[in-house]
Amino acid sequence: MSDRYSRQILFSPIGKEGQAKLKNKHVLIVGAGALGAANAEVLARAGVGRITIADRDYVEWSNLQRQQLYTEEDAKQRMPKATAAAKRLRKINSDVEISPHILDVGVQELEALITHVDLIIDAADNFDIRLMINDLAQKREIPWIYGGCVGSYGLSFSILPGLSPCLMCLMETIPIERVTCDTAGVIQPAIQMVVSYQTSEAFKILVEDDQSLRRTLVSFDLWKNHHRSIDVSSLKKQECLSCGKNRSYPNLSYKNQLKTAVLCGRDTVQIRPSHSLPINLNHLADLIGDQGIKVEQNPFLLSFAVEDVRLVIFKDGRALVHGVTDVVKAKSLYHRYLG
Amino acid sequence: MNLVVNGNDVNIPDSVQTVLALLNHFQLENKIVIVEINHSIINKSLYEETNISDGDHIEIVHFVGGG
Ligand SMILES: [Zn+2]
Repeated sequence: MSDRYSRQILFSPIGKEGQAKLKNKHVLIVGAGALGAANAEVLARAGVGRITIADRDYVEWSNLQRQQLYTEEDAKQRMPKATAAAKRLRKINSDVEISPHILDVGVQELEALITHVDLIIDAADNFDIRLMINDLAQKREIPWIYGGCVGSYGLSFSILPGLSPCLMCLMETIPIERVTCDTAGVIQPAIQMVVSYQTSEAFKILVEDDQSLRRTLVSFDLWKNHHRSIDVSSLKKQECLSCGKNRSYPNLSYKNQLKTAVLCGRDTVQIRPSHSLPINLNHLADLIGDQGIKVEQNPFLLSFAVEDVRLVIFKDGRALVHGVTDVVKAKSLYHRYLG
Repeated sequence: MNLVVNGNDVNIPDSVQTVLALLNHFQLENKIVIVEINHSIINKSLYEETNISDGDHIEIVHFVGGG
């Protein structure tokens, strides 16, 4: 056990002192897909004291090519990613306190999750969540590390409240991507590259080696052999509504929150109930089973197919409706079975 | 005109004269991008009026949401 971190301690920028700091730090990882799983594994192996990981989804076969914490067993059982990740991370390093959360991150959820957090790693798959993280991180003065990846392309930037521009400063507007989401696929090396940039910056922040921070927007395309690093400090805006003098945190206002969302490239609609009362899955399974529908179930969710559509219902009342992109149809199916 | 875009030599029709036209040329007009010309970042509000010239070194970084 005493040998566990020896190679990392021999690395002088971390050393014994840095290792002790890692042990006392708490990192929140938002999303447990490809970026989230890889980030979590690096941080857990490195001995970060506490890792909280939140995700709304469950493991599917199409995840296994790149989401490194998950197994075929997880896909077969449709294990929620947060749960499957925690199970694997605890096997990798039992010293680390892992807190999994199966939920769709909204403002309220995020407010609760970031208490006593030293750093937020963005491993989300959409900008709605990222901009929420952006504003809340500014409000609570917590650093966060943006990462995004598609195809063989990826980029990363560390947002340090008070020092760097924030994501709103850089983007100014919300990408149209939220409507016409990318379906270009993704390769694992691109994920790993983004994660390497995210986790090395994370180490520097956690061991408080601010001098060594990269401070540039880094991007690459591993297939086209491009690498670049741009100094974006001139984009920090005094008038930014998220980090400027007269800030209003526009991305935390409730009107910006969707109750339903079409998940990118997946023919899936997510429905969030307006209340957040846990539902009794066994009871619901019986009710649906009584209609002659075959229901599959694990302790966290149940799923069943009607016509060409598969519904997956989580304990918190959320549903993923697969096989539709029409929100109205998804909602009507939801209400048919959940009232 | 000849430009170096993201490290590659590219030939662009002479009709492409501004940053905005260049983004259109690369079909990036609907993406959120950061544009750097000869190591200085161009403010988004100036894309339409900023001219590009032969030999410019241009970096275009676009934001993606996948994870
Ligand atoms: Zn800002």
